[in-house]
Amino acid sequence: MKNIFKVLSILLIAVLVLAGCNSEAPTTDEPVVDNVEPLRIAIVTPSTINDLAFSQSISDAMKVLKEDMGDNLEYAYSENMFVIDDAAAAIRDYAQKGYDIILAHGSQYGSSVQEIAPDFPDTVFAHGTTVDTFGLPNVYAYEAASDQGGFVNGVTAALLTKSKIIGVVGPIETGDAKLYVDGFVKGVHSVDPEIDVRVTYIGSFSDVALAAEAATTHLSAGADVLTGSAQMVVGAIGKAQEAGAWWFGTQADQTDFAPDVVVASQVYHWEIILREIIAKRDAGVLGGESFAASLENGGQVIHFNPGLELPEGVMDKAQSIIDEIVAGNIETH
Amino acid sequence: MITDLFTTTVLIGIISSGIRLATPYLFAGIGEMFSQRSGVLNLGVEGQMLLGAFSAYYVVLKTGNLFFGILAAIGVGALMGLAMGFVTIHLKATQGIAGIGFYLFGMGMSNLLFQKLIGMVENINGFPSIKIPLLGDIPVIGEIFFQHNLLVYLAFLLVPVAWFVLNKTTIGLKIRAVGENPEAADSLGVSVVGVRYFTVIMGGIFSSIAGASLSVALLNVFQQNMTAGQGFIAVALVYFGAWKPFGVLTGALLFSLVNALQLWIQVLGVPIPSEFAVMMPYILTILVLALSLSKGKGPSALTKAFEREG
Repeated sequence: MKNIFKVLSILLIAVLVLAGCNSEAPTTDEPVVDNVEPLRIAIVTPSTINDLAFSQSISDAMKVLKEDMGDNLEYAYSENMFVIDDAAAAIRDYAQKGYDIILAHGSQYGSSVQEIAPDFPDTVFAHGTTVDTFGLPNVYAYEAASDQGGFVNGVTAALLTKSKIIGVVGPIETGDAKLYVDGFVKGVHSVDPEIDVRVTYIGSFSDVALAAEAATTHLSAGADVLTGSAQMVVGAIGKAQEAGAWWFGTQADQTDFAPDVVVASQVYHWEIILREIIAKRDAGVLGGESFAASLENGGQVIHFNPGLELPEGVMDKAQSIIDEIVAGNIETH
Repeated sequence: MITDLFTTTVLIGIISSGIRLATPYLFAGIGEMFSQRSGVLNLGVEGQMLLGAFSAYYVVLKTGNLFFGILAAIGVGALMGLAMGFVTIHLKATQGIAGIGFYLFGMGMSNLLFQKLIGMVENINGFPSIKIPLLGDIPVIGEIFFQHNLLVYLAFLLVPVAWFVLNKTTIGLKIRAVGENPEAADSLGVSVVGVRYFTVIMGGIFSSIAGASLSVALLNVFQQNMTAGQGFIAVALVYFGAWKPFGVLTGALLFSLVNALQLWIQVLGVPIPSEFAVMMPYILTILVLALSLSKGKGPSALTKAFEREG
């Protein structure tokens, strides 16, 4: 019995190896119509690309770019790379395969990029969300000024709360999440310093159950407006919807998930930054600069839920705050 | 501040949150306890939870029938248990590694199926809260204990049932015997292979239901990797509970109640850094384990494959 298994396994491996070898042999003999090679971009993200949050935002940006550039753009992605060693292997693999631009979309990938980039001086590495390019000539950095959108959401939230208690469900107190939360709190207090904003960080980006309990805790403690960051917030949004509390989202448009309670979402349009990176690469500059997606450059947009009717004056106030931030008149962090 | 913790609202909040959070740990932990008592270590609980969560969610999304959803989870869990049984009992592969393999399979498969079949995160109508008549009307106590959904009640009912099965029935005796001394059990006519298949399949079913409790009862949503390591914590709780049902209950409640407490601590603005608050359930569980005097000895044949000699 055991021998049969051994033979079968060896046969299976042999078949797989042969199939793998064959697929690399060039088989096409069609005449090449277009001599311009498509731009090849690779993306490595820590969560799945339909997480309604961080990774989805970069995936959506790539879809926009693909629509613009059509066949001139080829892209591949490796998602769910929450183990940093796996991500490093993926980044190196893409570089070795000759991808032109590699997006290491996760601040935890910093040391990996720092290690790998020097080995591939002709490849552009873009690392987000951070400002550190490690002094390397082929590394770009990008981040979102999520405190700006946070501030706007905070202002709107402050105008909507009746109980004067607002709850925040955060993942881990770092990076993008912390920026958003800090901006949000500041925005709330800019309207009314008496409003009690309670912030909980649940210590995980993916624990949906704990996020839901955090939201329930906020609601039991009297909050009637909630907000939060990272993909586990779907649990919190569900509880907000059950309780009829307003929700403010970030990183992706969460309106479709809970159309009755989502007031606004801060949506990242990374394609604004990606276009700049592509342009710079075409001009021969492979790195050394950091970008920020902000309300000014359109990298950040506040999507209001078109299906919700807000009390009079709230939308106008929110829009005026956006204008003020763009004009540089407000400190959001 | 910290005195705010001692109000009725907070008390009700902490205990009922703790009860809800403990539910998946109870299902998965009791299932794993049976499996380990018969000698099979299953580290694939997390993968079984994810596939169970997805199957139940998908069926409820498409048919709107909660019962079918749970049936789907049971079916998927039984299949995964059967596969695990085949790999570890029949092929006698190293149990720990096999379990990790099933974890990876469950995680990858649930992700793939979700992306291909659904694609977007959306919520469903899951099990509603059921208020138990009379008991649910008792002030405070009623709100804490008797206004949960069906799967929460089932999870807690599972504990005394598991205790009874393990300690008062023939099959329970056989399970314990097979886990302690499979050679002796075999010589007395107990089918070691049969008993182990039974417990591993039951373990798979319970892990799957644990996942389903998340996606169609407590959260009413499915998201990739939504279990966030709860399956592994459930395995750890089996060790914590010294392989006894009420031990697993104690561990699950301790962990979940402290988790609920730390959320309230953060909400009420008690000045503890969020990182420390998040650590509390883990540290407390380790402390209790370190200080507990009755350190259970595990089943002697745990992780050892059974080969009939001679």
